[in-house]
Amino acid sequence: MRVAVVGAGPAGVRAVGQLVRAGLHPLWIDEAPDGGGRIYQRPPPGFRRSPQALYGLEARKATALHAALDALKPRADWRPDTLVWNIATHPGRLNLMRDGVATEQGFDAAILCTGAMDRVVPVPGWTRPGVTTLGAAQIALKAQGCAIGQRVALVGSGPLLWLVAYQYLRAGAGLAAVLDTTPFRRKLQALRGLPHDPATLAKGLFYVTRLRAAGIPVAEGATPLAIEGEAPDVVAALRWRDAAGREHRLECDAVGLGWGVRPELQLADLAGVPIGFDPVQHNWVPQRDLTGRTPVAGIYLAGDGAGIGGAAVAELAGARAAQALLADAGLPVDTALVARLERRLLRQARFRTALERAFPFPAHLAAAMPDETILCRCESVTAGELRAAAAPDGPHGASPEVNRAKAFTRIGMGRCQGRVCGAAAAEVLAARLGCDTAAIGRLRGQPPVKPLPIPQPEAAP
Amino acid sequence: MRLVRLTDQDRPEIRFVFEGQEVTARAGDTLLTAILAGDGGFLRTSEFGDGPRAGFCLMGACQDCRVFVEGQGRVRACTTPCAPGLRVRRA
Ligand code: FES
Repeated sequence: MRVAVVGAGPAGVRAVGQLVRAGLHPLWIDEAPDGGGRIYQRPPPGFRRSPQALYGLEARKATALHAALDALKPRADWRPDTLVWNIATHPGRLNLMRDGVATEQGFDAAILCTGAMDRVVPVPGWTRPGVTTLGAAQIALKAQGCAIGQRVALVGSGPLLWLVAYQYLRAGAGLAAVLDTTPFRRKLQALRGLPHDPATLAKGLFYVTRLRAAGIPVAEGATPLAIEGEAPDVVAALRWRDAAGREHRLECDAVGLGWGVRPELQLADLAGVPIGFDPVQHNWVPQRDLTGRTPVAGIYLAGDGAGIGGAAVAELAGARAAQALLADAGLPVDTALVARLERRLLRQARFRTALERAFPFPAHLAAAMPDETILCRCESVTAGELRAAAAPDGPHGASPEVNRAKAFTRIGMGRCQGRVCGAAAAEVLAARLGCDTAAIGRLRGQPPVKPLPIPQPEAAP
Repeated sequence: MRLVRLTDQDRPEIRFVFEGQEVTARAGDTLLTAILAGDGGFLRTSEFGDGPRAGFCLMGACQDCRVFVEGQGRVRACTTPCAPGLRVRRA
């Protein structure tokens, strides 16, 4: 039986662990050179920080996952540095690209553990050099030992905001301020659900307390207004409004932005898995059950690519999906393990719902984006252009759906395929048309899921 | 923009060429780090005339960090290791 696992983050590692334990030798593909996913990404050879310095409170988990990953590599058909750029089912086929060489691999069953990326709301000036996602600010530090600037402003909401802020503080980076767009009241209300996972709650409080104690300015209920600078390739300040309605100008030379994460679901989409809108996460997520099974036979999903759950859930879900695959293949199943995994997954799901309520996606910020804001940074389409093209009295009549708006404005047509602007574009469109975000639809995935290298390097001019 | 080298920087120096200028970086840098921790400032200019860009996601998803490397063509600076002697231009 030919089994493939895409991704070597927490979900992929635990899935492969179960498959190998059952005597299989899966094809295991990851885009990064050394696996680990985003959360447990390792720096390249030559970096020497300890796991404690790199992963903080998650050091133990990171070390355990890396040990499992390294032990499994020789027991699987391990393909690092490899992009899966297309998938087909019945018969199963993966299109791979490594070092500019394209290959094809058949499979009978596949577990897709494709992870997530930052969810952002464009702010005027966000295309300036010096503005990154929160995830990028974290990767700069973790994988390269760098801060994104001398005086960094971090803006957004969710656990990653506070984690990155704390990691910057500990590494000795300069922090201008941490601006949380979620009002304190909202978080307090939702805290009632959080004791399902007291450890996560305690970590969050620990980070906030340490930042305040270090004298880092912290605000809640903040609204970012614009990122400014004189020269076009620098950031000089962030203008923002506090919860009381007062405007401020914060001097900074870099800004990290992020409002939670969204699934990288392009491969699930191309495999034919139905994609639905999850109103609690406020994300489009592929359809799968607690076991990781999808309506498409032979396709299993785990980790944040299957709906956001975080690293702990990803490890559980990866193992669970592998057990589902084994059961469907008629191979022996570890029923005690399955029961344990499902109990923990259900408990985590309740906690996750509370977390999403505490840090909701700020749809209102996206909807209120000024017309001149560049919304699609690949194709330089402004919010105003999208509004005009989509308007009922616009040149094309109403665009009741985002793919139609894409055809008129080129929004989401660029190299990122709408990964970056898709969430915010849907809010702009929904607000303009006065309908639900779910009714706007989502930008469909297309192969190749990422640009492929040009086979013939262009001649230098 | 300028990345600030904070920690884990005692790696061997390597030299490459960016926009015709020799630049010193460290073994293990990505091209993005190597360029932006020096005087590079930015990685490319938007083809739509809205100014310079320097990447956004650092995880190979946004495609905003592409540069031109002689012999390799257009690559993502955030996922491409810097290597001695590379000749890199803004894309
Ligand atoms: S910075 Fe997003 S792909 Fe490189």
